[in-house]
Amino acid sequence: MQAYLKLDHIDKTFTRGNATTEVLKDISLTIEKGEYVSIIGHSGCGKSTLLNIVAGLNGATNGGVLLENREVNSPGPDRAVVFQNHSLLPWLTVYENVKLGVDKVFSSTKSRAERDAWVMHNLNLVQMAHAKDKRPSEISGGMKQRVGIARALAMEPKVLLLDEPFGALDALTRAHLQDSVMALHQKLGNTILMITHDVDEAVLLSDRIVMMTNGPSARIGEVLEVPLARPRKRLELATNPGYLKCRQRVLEFLYERHRFVEAA
Amino acid sequence: MTMPAIKAEATAVAIPTASPTSAAPVVMMTPKPAPRAEKYIKMGKETAARVVPPLIVLALLMMFWELVCRRTGSTLPPPSRVFKDTKELIFDPFFDNGGIDKGLFWHLSASLQRVAYGYSIAAIVGIALGTLVGQSVWAMRGLDPLFQVLRTIPPLAWLPLSLAAFRDGQPSAIFVIFITSVWPIIINTAVGIRNIPQDYRNVAAVVQLNPLEFFSKIMIPAAAPYIFTGLRIGIGLSWLAIVAAEMLIGGVGIGFFIWDAWNSSHISEIILALFYVGIIGFVLDRLIAGVAKIVTRGTALN
Repeated sequence: MQAYLKLDHIDKTFTRGNATTEVLKDISLTIEKGEYVSIIGHSGCGKSTLLNIVAGLNGATNGGVLLENREVNSPGPDRAVVFQNHSLLPWLTVYENVKLGVDKVFSSTKSRAERDAWVMHNLNLVQMAHAKDKRPSEISGGMKQRVGIARALAMEPKVLLLDEPFGALDALTRAHLQDSVMALHQKLGNTILMITHDVDEAVLLSDRIVMMTNGPSARIGEVLEVPLARPRKRLELATNPGYLKCRQRVLEFLYERHRFVEAA
Repeated sequence: MTMPAIKAEATAVAIPTASPTSAAPVVMMTPKPAPRAEKYIKMGKETAARVVPPLIVLALLMMFWELVCRRTGSTLPPPSRVFKDTKELIFDPFFDNGGIDKGLFWHLSASLQRVAYGYSIAAIVGIALGTLVGQSVWAMRGLDPLFQVLRTIPPLAWLPLSLAAFRDGQPSAIFVIFITSVWPIIINTAVGIRNIPQDYRNVAAVVQLNPLEFFSKIMIPAAAPYIFTGLRIGIGLSWLAIVAAEMLIGGVGIGFFIWDAWNSSHISEIILALFYVGIIGFVLDRLIAGVAKIVTRGTALN
């Protein structure tokens, strides 16, 4: 079985002065092309650190990340990140924010007109073309995150990394955006790695859920397959036994076996 | 320009035509509303609310000054004397009788030119050094203590040294402007660069901007509010320094004009020059603030 994205025995230790903290311990995971994998865990378990290592923003202490059998250890557009707090540049318009990445990635392969069309295409995918000349301060939180997703998609990443992309949104906006991401995944077949702490979100969106134990020295506790057919419908799933079973498994893992212990 | 107008208002003597500027007409519009546009009335009221209080204060001050300095034996001239003595300078700022006997316009433009040179160099060098110090820990460790000491040296203390180095007044004055205004620009730029959110750096890393693109597309816009704070302090300091420097180097310039007026006991001319220096300093500050507002639109909000 040829893995598309492979996390190979990753350890991560932070050193500050004499104190060293082992955050991640021996994380190994393989992800197939087109798969949607979620990593869930309590806050502070190092799941964002793990995503940053995959993105290349942080280095692993031991082990490494292989994408199509080649080691990646610096950030790049092949692993585009949708950041939790959208991270749009406030001095650029929506269009310019997306274009920033497009211009870099396709500088030699697409003409100016093609790049422009590609930016608009991606803004259309997230239904944000109407706001292309607005600045981030002029649009809502959900819209900002849509633009963040468009920016990442427009780089045509091999793996799309979502770092708690819906965490800062209200429940209704979140549901709406989850549906959008699901539709995009269905349509484009991206490989997606998502960090979340929302059980419903993980079950609804993922093909597999990776559950992490509490830190320090967090490990992968359990990997759960979500055997639900796509396209999935939020309302129908609410009473689907398979969905409820998966949900139950994740909840048990998080709240019984690896209950979050407040650091004293 | 406003001074005579105020005087006319306050003391109600002569020259009613001498008030082409000031917001007097706007103020007068307010009591009789034109039937045409309520918008204008509202605008007039808003302008009046901003313009009238300082005008009243100014008028009162002028009156006070007039009363105090009118007595015989007073060392300083009252406003009415100032106006009478400097009428020619006010109404003909463009004469040029050769040498240093020129209209105020030429003196002011000579000073402004020096400031423009010195300040431009300071802005370029300051932003460049500030970026270096903000970006590199080692540059900061090496340079910051040096900057902290150098920036406390008063502007004029540099002048003899620069005269020795350049052997000419013009470059020396420009150097003094530069060395005075460069520190706040460096320090504020460095703070701005250091405060760039990690998020923006991450975005740049994922998109793989090269250092030059990172500088122009992320650093400068992100640090712009800080940079402009530095630039604003800088322009104020250069205008402070130029007057003092010109007093010493001589030639054409508002600083020397003041010194020359003092040597010839033309106190009224000094007062007029101070008035111009104040107004231009204010305009320069507003100018940079205006540019900052345009350039940093959106950056402050998020």
